[in-house]
Amino acid sequence: MMDGSFDDVETPEQKIRNFNINFGPQHPAAHGVLRLVLELDGEIVERCDPHIGLLHRGTEKLMESRTYLQNLPYFDRLDYVAPMNQEHAWCLAIERLTGTEVPRRASLIRVLYSEIGRVLNHLLNVTTQALDVGALTPPLWGFEEREKLMIFYERACGARLHAAYFRPGGVHQDLPPALLADIMAWTETFPAVLDDIDGLLTENRIFKQRNVDIGVVTEKDILDWGFSGVMVRGSGLAWDLRRAQPYECYDEFDFMVPVGKNGDCFDRYLCRMAEMRESVKIIRQCIEKLERAPGDVIARGKVAPPARGEMKTSMEALIHHFKLYTEGFRVPEGEVYAAVEAPKGEFGVYLVSDGTNRPYKTKIRAPGYLHLQAMDFICRGHQLADVSAILGSLDVVFGEIDR
Amino acid sequence: MSDPETLSDMSAQLEARLGDVAERIRIERGELELQVAPGSILRVLEALRTDAAFRFSTLVDITAIDWPQRERRFDVVYHLLSMYRNARIRLKLAIREDETVPSVTDVHPAANWFEREVFDMYGILFTGHPDLRRILTDYGFRGHPLRKDFPTTGYTEVRYDDTVKRVVYEPVKLVQEYRQFDFMSPWEGADYILPGDEKKEAAK
Repeated sequence: MMDGSFDDVETPEQKIRNFNINFGPQHPAAHGVLRLVLELDGEIVERCDPHIGLLHRGTEKLMESRTYLQNLPYFDRLDYVAPMNQEHAWCLAIERLTGTEVPRRASLIRVLYSEIGRVLNHLLNVTTQALDVGALTPPLWGFEEREKLMIFYERACGARLHAAYFRPGGVHQDLPPALLADIMAWTETFPAVLDDIDGLLTENRIFKQRNVDIGVVTEKDILDWGFSGVMVRGSGLAWDLRRAQPYECYDEFDFMVPVGKNGDCFDRYLCRMAEMRESVKIIRQCIEKLERAPGDVIARGKVAPPARGEMKTSMEALIHHFKLYTEGFRVPEGEVYAAVEAPKGEFGVYLVSDGTNRPYKTKIRAPGYLHLQAMDFICRGHQLADVSAILGSLDVVFGEIDR
Repeated sequence: MSDPETLSDMSAQLEARLGDVAERIRIERGELELQVAPGSILRVLEALRTDAAFRFSTLVDITAIDWPQRERRFDVVYHLLSMYRNARIRLKLAIREDETVPSVTDVHPAANWFEREVFDMYGILFTGHPDLRRILTDYGFRGHPLRKDFPTTGYTEVRYDDTVKRVVYEPVKLVQEYRQFDFMSPWEGADYILPGDEKKEAAK
């Protein structure tokens, strides 16, 4: 609203009107290729219209013409910050349809790498959120740790990012003992790094000014907008799929579900920091359990290749291997929705099978999609500068939103 | 996965309260599924959201499935979650190609983008939607890519043209044919129709 009357306006240009600006798609704080059309009244955001789809690759369409195994690597390319967590949902969906039992060792390895993925994601998010509000050091420190974790990825599967390590029925290869020892050693040093980042940010005056009481979401908003993950926990609801609907072997781990109080950007930051510490706890328990759980890492059956040694002597094994990698395996007719607690929230796969070797329909349910949708709702009435803080705390990655 | 007892309890409750609009209620692979008539979707969602026995207050997902050979060609699928009862439900409604679906954005604001996506990908219209634009595809895109009759390669391709200094759209030209293998292996009963087979049919 304007103060006073409008009568003294000399020229039409002096009339105040709302200002539209484009935020992105090439803005560094847009976290990828997001185009936000913002309608501003001075510095106050009146309307925010996210234009997504600039990274749309048609994953769901492509998946309909490929076999189940060939589709697995697409999941690395969704949320490329924590690739293995996505693969996990795909594997769970296939395993539920085929009724495959995952060996215990594989289950533990999956938990281990899911938690590494969570740390990878939160490290990136926490530090780049700090970058969005003006701090340059945290990303440099955080990325150093990310680098170490990516090397753990590489040592398990040969790739730093596009892992394709979780397979239906288990994981691709067993971990070398030295790797487990190194991950254990990393869990000893990592809390100190977290303390450093904590020291930089948590009580930092500027960081708090930019985040406290910004982008508050209440319980009602959470339900209305279908939030999940940290967006829920930041507002005080202890909802975590790992606890509520345990998959894999999460029910036997001792960890806490950190919750916030105010539901603002700062509480979400605190939640992520606390979750990283919990993940380290899970990783340590995992390694201890892995040492006591020898055995195979993939359920040898129709969905998994035979052991390499067996292929040298058995003709049937060789045929099976050939058929598996050309024709692929068939999944019984039916439909299933499998969800995991990915670092960003509930990542789900809705899989409809018609009994052939290719999925009839796959729907990838990405948590960021719903979070970004609420941008208009959350940003309304905030300052322009808060938009990047809110966007940072929503934790969006366009690989999974645009699919 | 939800607790089986909660689910069977819920399916009995569904039968009692929404029995008149439910076309089918079933529990399969530990998942509760409810098939309803398209017209009743708003009522069902509202009941599921507010009823203390369900409290399916979180909309997880909306998508569609294309069955071109069926008369009611599309299935629209809703996934809901109840954080309070720790359960999930799947709602399904089948529609013909020329039918529309009532938008559920009034009950669940989160449905907004999902419905835009379903419209974009399948061309299903949602009546009463506040802003039914395309969402994932390019500005000015034509067609609905997730329909089964839409080719995976699409119809147009884009490139930057150096002479006109802008991005140009052209019809797709494939250098190599798109690889669609026939995986129906001869060991597991592919039905090969050889020349002359029709005579055998006629002789019967």
